[in-house]
Order: sequence, then structure tokens, then C-alpha cells
Amino acid sequence: MKFLEKIIHKHEPKFAKGGKLEKWNPLFESFTTLAFTPAHVTKKGSHIRDGVDLKRTMMMVIIALIPCLLFGMYNAGHFEMVAETGNRSLPFMDMFWSKLGAGAFIVLPLVVVSYGVGLTVEFIFGLINGHSLHEGFLVSGMLIPLIMPADVPLWMVAVATVFAVVIGKEIFGGTGMNIVNVALTARAFLFFAYPTSMSGDTVWMAGKEKAVDGFTGSTAMGDLATFMGDKASVGGQAIADGADALGAFTHEYSILESIMGNIPGSIGETSVIACLIGAVILLITGVGSFRIMVSFALGGLASGFLMNAIGGNAYLDLPAYYHLVIGGFAFGAIFMATDPVTAAQTATGKIIYGFVGGMVAILIRVLNPAYPEGVMLAILFMNVMAPIIDHYVVEANVKRRLKRLKTA
Amino acid sequence: MSDSVEKTKEPKEPLFSKKNKKLITDPLLDNNPITVQVLGICSALAITVQVEQGIVMGLSVAFVLMAGNVIISMLRNLIPSRIRIIVQLVVVASLVIIVDQLLAAFMPDISEKLSVFVGLIITNCIIMGRFEAFAMANKPWPSLIDAVGNSIGYAWILVLVAVFRELLGSGTLMGYQIFGSAIPGEEWGLYTMGYVNNNMMILPPMALIIVGVIIWVQRSKNKELIEGH
Repeated sequence: MKFLEKIIHKHEPKFAKGGKLEKWNPLFESFTTLAFTPAHVTKKGSHIRDGVDLKRTMMMVIIALIPCLLFGMYNAGHFEMVAETGNRSLPFMDMFWSKLGAGAFIVLPLVVVSYGVGLTVEFIFGLINGHSLHEGFLVSGMLIPLIMPADVPLWMVAVATVFAVVIGKEIFGGTGMNIVNVALTARAFLFFAYPTSMSGDTVWMAGKEKAVDGFTGSTAMGDLATFMGDKASVGGQAIADGADALGAFTHEYSILESIMGNIPGSIGETSVIACLIGAVILLITGVGSFRIMVSFALGGLASGFLMNAIGGNAYLDLPAYYHLVIGGFAFGAIFMATDPVTAAQTATGKIIYGFVGGMVAILIRVLNPAYPEGVMLAILFMNVMAPIIDHYVVEANVKRRLKRLKTA
Repeated sequence: MSDSVEKTKEPKEPLFSKKNKKLITDPLLDNNPITVQVLGICSALAITVQVEQGIVMGLSVAFVLMAGNVIISMLRNLIPSRIRIIVQLVVVASLVIIVDQLLAAFMPDISEKLSVFVGLIITNCIIMGRFEAFAMANKPWPSLIDAVGNSIGYAWILVLVAVFRELLGSGTLMGYQIFGSAIPGEEWGLYTMGYVNNNMMILPPMALIIVGVIIWVQRSKNKELIEGH
């Protein structure tokens, strides 16, 4: 580290004001602060709650995402092999290293594209506006590949990243000023712009061109959505009228498999265990809000019980706890809903935000077969609602205190 | 204000005086009806999926606005101010019906695509806005020029938005295939390399975003347009 520090100090004058490379100062500063804590100190009175700065906070989230990333890689490799052999009941742990390697070839290019494109856009805006590279994209750049299907074309990821960073963030003033979650903006853009590459049965497993003919890589969410229509199917097999669709579903995607995560889905979202490891890291370091995570899960459960109470078909009868472990529910609750910029800020507001978000997610998921996964739309919706929630929470507090003042 | 004083002194004003030229050039950029006054947004979002529709819509609004502005300007001293909105509505409605019938007779395809939005020109705020703000207080000739300026200002934004939406959403311009063909079996051009049309461009939210980006670009070029913080 000493020699790195020496190099930086040697070149610092060139980037300072009036130096030869003054224009590139944002880039220089970004890289030095990535390695070292900046030396400037607040001169006036400050309100320090924690010594951690934004870059280190973001790093915590990235560390928390690593279990999801690693599991996602392995899972992507596993299902590529499944698609190639056409055998959905391929043993999960067989040929560990070749699956991990194949998965890395699928996932790492997505990560590289997401970071490369996103940081380039951020850097251009930094140069125009004369500020250093903002840290916010460090997390978004990791989240974007994790919420993509394994088979998504790289150029689409690039386009979506540009859209999300420019329209979702920079237009509002950059990191910390965005209204909606940047990574989810990227996914929502792809979802509406290129629906054939983002939903359906064929996109969740890479290696489509090598796949056995007639093999469908449907996901739990896709299968469940068919229950709401006329032709129910599970894992590509049509379910006859009157047959036990729910039984077939719980057989194909057992609760244990859903928690473990060896089911098809977006790269990082399938494993609840990996998400929970991330949640523990976020909670211990105080980066994520437990209020949002818990209330989001409770909201989902409440909505699930409501669906059970209505009943009528296999999807409505799906046990409420199942909703928490399939699809992107756990990933969304832990990594997306807790985004400190777009979530509600007040403590009560966070509980309302999470609870309603969880409820809406399951409502969209079950009642609208056009959107098999409602978590993305629910969180984006709640992002927009968060300021209103905060406003009314603060208002209520003001009212309560005024009352107290009057009686005294 | 000094202009109007001068005008009464000197009634013979050249047809394209500096002031009249400004009536045309102002609405093109610095006082654009869509990007600065933010009027007529609904039609800008709804009918800009294809360039052709955008052009026809622009022409229809141009016709209604020009004819209406002149008529209202000629009637301006006869209209009692209490019922002026009703009179203006009657004028717009008659003109819109003419346009609607003409389109239905000679361009049935486009008329079908534009559907209700031709009828909704009646409620287009640009038209009522120009009647109220300009034609009621000015002579026919400046009113006509004002109408020309505003309808061009409206139309070119419409066409610009439509170019983006049609090119990226359908891969065509005016119906001609720019990026190649995506028909399965006979693909050519970009589509053979895996390019896919952006479906979001066809959805109305993207039109809003494109208009927003145009406003963004315009305001970062001309800082005077930025409202106070």
C-alpha cells in the first residue's frame, strides 16, 4: 500500500487546480478514494453518526451480494447443462467445477458490461458537471446483472444500463437524488422494451441454441402464471383439467429447492439462503434497514394469506410462505427495497413502505398473469410513493406534538 | 409597449417586419408550445408512434390554428368578452370537423390511426391559447403569422419525437425499413445480427421521456429557460 500511496502523491499536483491534467481530476480522485480514505476533514460542526463514508457503505453491499453472485454463477452453469441435456432432474452437485466455470462465462460478461457502460456514463456526466465519479453505481452495477435472465444479450444490458443511469439517475442530479431504484429501472426498461428476451419460458437458461428441441426452461413464476389462465403447465408439461396442479408444482419446485435456489430464474435471485447471508451482512453493518426487510416479508405473507382466503385455483391456493421463497421476493426485499436513497426515510414510514410493497408485489404476481413477477413493479411503485408516505408520517408527528402542547 | 404606440402612428407596417418575423421564429425554440409552454402534450404523446401520423397531425393542427386565428382575429371586435370562449369553441369545432372529414375521405388509413385525436384537436390547449392570447388582441395578418409560427413549433417537435419512436420502435421511417426486416425467415440488415426493436418506444411513457429529454437538452443550451429554483 505504501508504494501506491507514493505514486498517488507524486502525481497529485498534475491533477490539482491549474495542473496539466486538471480536466481529468474527477477520474483521478475517484480512483484514489477507492483505495484510500480522503484526507479532507469537515471544518465546521458536523453530525457524525458513523465513521463510514459512502464508498465503504457501498462496498459492504457488494460484499453482501457476493454469495448471491457465486450461487447465481453456479446455478446458471447448472441450468445451461440442463438445457443442453434436456434433463430437468440433473443432479445439482455433479460436475461442480465445470458448471461453475460455465456459469462464470455467462455471468461475468454481464458484470463487466454493466460496470463498464455504467461507469463510462457516470464518468462523462462527472466530466461535464465537474464532480468526481459518484459511488452510487458501484452497487447498481452489481445488482443489474443479478436481476437479469441468464440468456439476455449483452447489448441489451448495455442499452438498459445507459437508460437507467441517464434517465433514472443523472437527470435528477446524480447519486442520492434518484427517485426510483437504478438497477430496477434497468430491468423495467428491458422488461417493457424487449419482452421476448426478458420473460417467457426460453430466456432463463443460457445456451438456448444448444438446447434439446422442445425443451422449455420455464420458471416457478412462469408456471404459476399459467395457473391463472386456461392451460396450466409445470416445467413444460401440461396439466390435465382437474389434475392436482398445486401438487405438481410443489413436486417440481419443492420448498427446500426453492430455499436452496437450484431452480431456474434471474441470475442472483433464486437462492433464499444466499440472499439471507447478504441480509445478515447488511444488518450487522447497519447498511440495510431491518424494518423494511421484515415488513416487506410480512406484507407478502399477509397478501398470500388473503389469496388463500379467496382461493379457487391452484395459484390462489399456493401456501402463503411459498411466495416468500420463489421468484425475486427475497432478493427484492433485501437488496432492492432497502436502497437508502429511494426507500422511505422515517422509521414508521419504512414499516408502511415495506408492508405495502410486499402486499402489492404478491397482488401483481398472482392477479396479473401478464406480469409473472410483481416484485420489480411493486418496489418501483413504492419508490415513487415513498416521499408521500414520509410526508404523512411527519405530518402526523407534528399533529401529535401540537396536541401535547395544547393540553399541557 | 412602445411598439404598439409606434404602430398607431405608422399604420403601413411591412408584411414581414422584425416584429412579425419574431412571431414566427419565437415559437420554434425559445417559446415552443410543447417544450416551453408545455401545451398540447397529450397529442404529442399519443400520435407520435409513426412519423407519418406526426406530420398529418402537425398539418391538421396547422390548418385549424391558422384558419381559426384569422377568423377569431377578424371577429375580435364583435365578440362580447363574456361569451368569447363559446365563440372560440364553435370556430375550432367547425374547423376540426372539416379536417376530420377530409382525412376520413382522402386518408382513411391515417384517419383510423389518429382516431379520436383529430377530434381532440378541439381541446388542444395550443389552439385555445393562441386564440385567447393573440388573435383576440391582434389584426388578422399578425395572427396568421403567429399561427404559422406556433404550428411549425408544434409540428417539428412532434416529428422529432416520432422519428425517434418510429426508428427505434419499429425500425422504419415513414414506413421505409431502415434497419432491415425482422420478418422471420426473410430477415436482413441489423436483425440478422440479433438486433431487436425497442418495444418501449411504442408505449406512451417513452414519448413522455423523449419530450423530457428534448426539454432537458433545450434548457441546458439556453439557461434563460430554466425556472427559478
